[in-house]
Amino acid sequence: MIEQLLQHISIPTLMCLIPLLPLLGAIANGKMYLFSTRSQWKPSHALSGTIAVVMPLISFLIVAVLFYIAMGLEDSHSVSTGPLFTWFGGTQWAVTIGLKLDQLSLIMALVVTGVGSLIHLYSVGYMSHDDGFAKYFAYLNLFLFFMLLLILGDSLPLMFVGWEGVGLCSYLLIGFWFTDIEKAKAGKKAFIVNRIGDFGFVLGIFFIWQALQPTAQPGDAILSFSYISTHAAFLAPVATAATLLLFLGATGKSAQIPLYVWLPDAMAGPTPVSALIHAATMVTAGIYMVARLNFLFVLAPTTLNVIAIVGCATAFFAATMGLVQDDIKKVLAYSTVSQLGFMFLALGVGAFSVAIFHVMTHAFFKALLFLGSGSVIHAMDGEQRLSMYGGLRKHLPVTFTTFLIGTLAIAGIWPFAGFFSKDAILWHVYSSGHFWLWLIATLAAGLTAFYMFRLVGLAFFGKRNPAGPHHVHPENSVTMLLPLVVLAVLSIIGGWVGVPHAMGGHDHIMTWLAPLFPTALHEAGNESTELFMGLGSMTWGAIWAIIAWILYSQHRGWADQMAARFKRCYTLLVNLYYVDQIYDAVVVQPLLWFSRSVLWQTVDAVLIDKILVGGSARIARLFGRVGTAMETGLVPHYVFLLVLGSVVVLGWMIL
Amino acid sequence: MEITVHHYIVISCLLFIIGIFGVLTRRNLLIILMSVELMLSAANLALVAFSRFSSHLDGQVAVLFVFIIAAAEAAVGLGIVIAAFRHTSGVRVTSWKELKG
Amino acid sequence: MIEAYLFYFFAVTTVLLAVTVVVQPNPIGAAVSLVGTFFSLAALFVLLHAHFVAIMQIILYAGAIMVLFIFVIMLLNLEPEKVKLRTIAGNRLVQGSAALYLAGVIALAFFGWRQFFTQGVVANEMEGTIEAVGKLLLTDYLVPFEMTSVLLLVAIIGAVILARKPVE
Repeated sequence: MIEQLLQHISIPTLMCLIPLLPLLGAIANGKMYLFSTRSQWKPSHALSGTIAVVMPLISFLIVAVLFYIAMGLEDSHSVSTGPLFTWFGGTQWAVTIGLKLDQLSLIMALVVTGVGSLIHLYSVGYMSHDDGFAKYFAYLNLFLFFMLLLILGDSLPLMFVGWEGVGLCSYLLIGFWFTDIEKAKAGKKAFIVNRIGDFGFVLGIFFIWQALQPTAQPGDAILSFSYISTHAAFLAPVATAATLLLFLGATGKSAQIPLYVWLPDAMAGPTPVSALIHAATMVTAGIYMVARLNFLFVLAPTTLNVIAIVGCATAFFAATMGLVQDDIKKVLAYSTVSQLGFMFLALGVGAFSVAIFHVMTHAFFKALLFLGSGSVIHAMDGEQRLSMYGGLRKHLPVTFTTFLIGTLAIAGIWPFAGFFSKDAILWHVYSSGHFWLWLIATLAAGLTAFYMFRLVGLAFFGKRNPAGPHHVHPENSVTMLLPLVVLAVLSIIGGWVGVPHAMGGHDHIMTWLAPLFPTALHEAGNESTELFMGLGSMTWGAIWAIIAWILYSQHRGWADQMAARFKRCYTLLVNLYYVDQIYDAVVVQPLLWFSRSVLWQTVDAVLIDKILVGGSARIARLFGRVGTAMETGLVPHYVFLLVLGSVVVLGWMIL
Repeated sequence: MEITVHHYIVISCLLFIIGIFGVLTRRNLLIILMSVELMLSAANLALVAFSRFSSHLDGQVAVLFVFIIAAAEAAVGLGIVIAAFRHTSGVRVTSWKELKG
Repeated sequence: MIEAYLFYFFAVTTVLLAVTVVVQPNPIGAAVSLVGTFFSLAALFVLLHAHFVAIMQIILYAGAIMVLFIFVIMLLNLEPEKVKLRTIAGNRLVQGSAALYLAGVIALAFFGWRQFFTQGVVANEMEGTIEAVGKLLLTDYLVPFEMTSVLLLVAIIGAVILARKPVE
């Protein structure tokens, strides 16, 4: 069947279709929405929903076909369109547009289109009561387009286009209900914080360009990944600076310390958006970028250490912040930040393929958890406070089951997906000799299990809070339940592609990704140690999970007593270490003061407005007054001026 | 005592200056027109004088053209005077100030 | 010798009558003075051997154009203008510039061109007869000559349109 398909359509065409189909969906839905704002006609939900779901689904099928084809390829397991056209360039170099699917981008594209399609399907049910239905899907499809561009782009500038594009869609979707000023502000915050990171990313690109420019032959696409990787030796002098700047970009997009602050606020968007953009796909762009440029990052051991430390710190602090959140989506947001920290930790110790593995499993279970929370919120009339929930497992059986599966996965319980990837991360951190990082990361993994089971306990067990909504809407929307079930299955089996040899598996994903990444920076540890540590980490997670379950579903009073006991600690956590306040005092307020008093009141109001604008107006008015005075309306005066002028001209000609 | 071209030029200049003086000082539109005729005559005198002292008759032909232009100017100018008189019941140029800025 | 005396006589007459034109309060008086100016100019043209131009000066200017002027003056029945010394002299700006201009002309005439007055230019024997001028007019200057007829036609139409009563 695939052979028949390939007779009619070439592989590069298929690859171009992957990002273009969601773009087509975005344009169609966007046009329909714009048209409906100016006329009585409203696009039916069935029409725009079908377009929005089918486009990513076809993209997913194409990616699957290409995955099948690439698996069959003997040598490189990658397909590429080659340079499609020259975007811009100089005399010595060029930037070309081209798409490339190799082992890494195939996995990412499968996750993005697959999870993306499921979340589109879920959104059809979730957003069914919203007026901006078509607009929502236009944004969501546009997001997929940019995300696929980011993944498939074969050069840094094209990746950057996707990078900025997903940032834009993230901003649009966080502020989707922009009539609520808090949500609009959350969107703005995400956009501005990401600008700081993007600033670093662009500077990093410039560093690379600067270093590679002298090596270029005319027409070389010097910013394409293949060129950078073959000329990586030339980058050695700037590698540390360039990679640190690129990592700054990654901290912005992937919500790491110090730029993580936007992600919890980004929960203002619709829940499927949180699932797709702020958990499964966009926020992993930073990890993808570092993995994509691994040949560059291994040249800078300093940067790798920084990445490992930042990742580890983020994993731990975000996990502690997740312990005390009352908003169900905030818990998941901090959990996402924490999990992203784990991925960066893996990157930092040189275990690139493990990080990608965790990206994949995390996409499954975190999307599942977010969609599950969306289902809960949907059933509770938009109520997001955990304290208003309780005892929901009887009302929402499917949601509860799937949510529990996701929780077990993220807590790292065998044989769920999260166990394998998280265990692999911890093992690689330990075996590479970073003992302290391993210790903190293990603690963070325990905390993960704790806060997730706290969430489950508060929401699904115990008694209903009488202050909460009285009526629980039953879960009966197939479009919402189907993705939950599919993702739950994936959360169970998703990890089985990476069962390590120590546990009798074949570690398919590592083998698949191995050609792209440098061989391990350190010698593999003892297999029996690995097995032992796997068991240990599972036990460790299970202990914390049981503690949480006891505290929050059996004896809630104990939890309150503990909070009262460690009051200062608790206040610090509830206030999120005052990071937002510190940023406000250190960065935002001085900037505002500078903008208001210097830029606005001095430069703008006085210098530009009064002196430049007003001054030129006054000068023009002065000339106007002189000219007016000359126009007396009396003919003799005009004649006099005429005579005077001719005398001057004549005198000049004669003398 | 030879009369040269310069004598005529001086007379021509004086006539021209008197004409300009009339145009600039008088308020009566008709007298302003007459002063313009004086200026044209000054030019005529210079043209004829140059023609006389340069052995070309072209200057005199030019004078004939000036006559024609003067006739056309007088016709149109006097038409304007009549129209203006009808408009404001007077020919004082200072009574027209519509162009004042 | 007699030619020189005649020149000075008619030159002085021309200038004096021209001055009368611009200082005369009564438009009729000014017009009559202008006719006198044109006559003495015609005499100067005769002295320059431009006989045809002199005749045309009298017929066209003194005859036709000035009659038109006088018609208009009588048609409008104008009061004599009250000419004050201040009006004649104009304001200070006009006075100053007129004086400057006059001084400039005189300076140019008597200092710049002094040698021309003494060395002189010999007048040739060419006569501005009707035949000579007419031949030139109808050969070399035929096209401009014909164009003047168009100009006159336009002027006539313009004058008629300007002078007639506005159409309601």
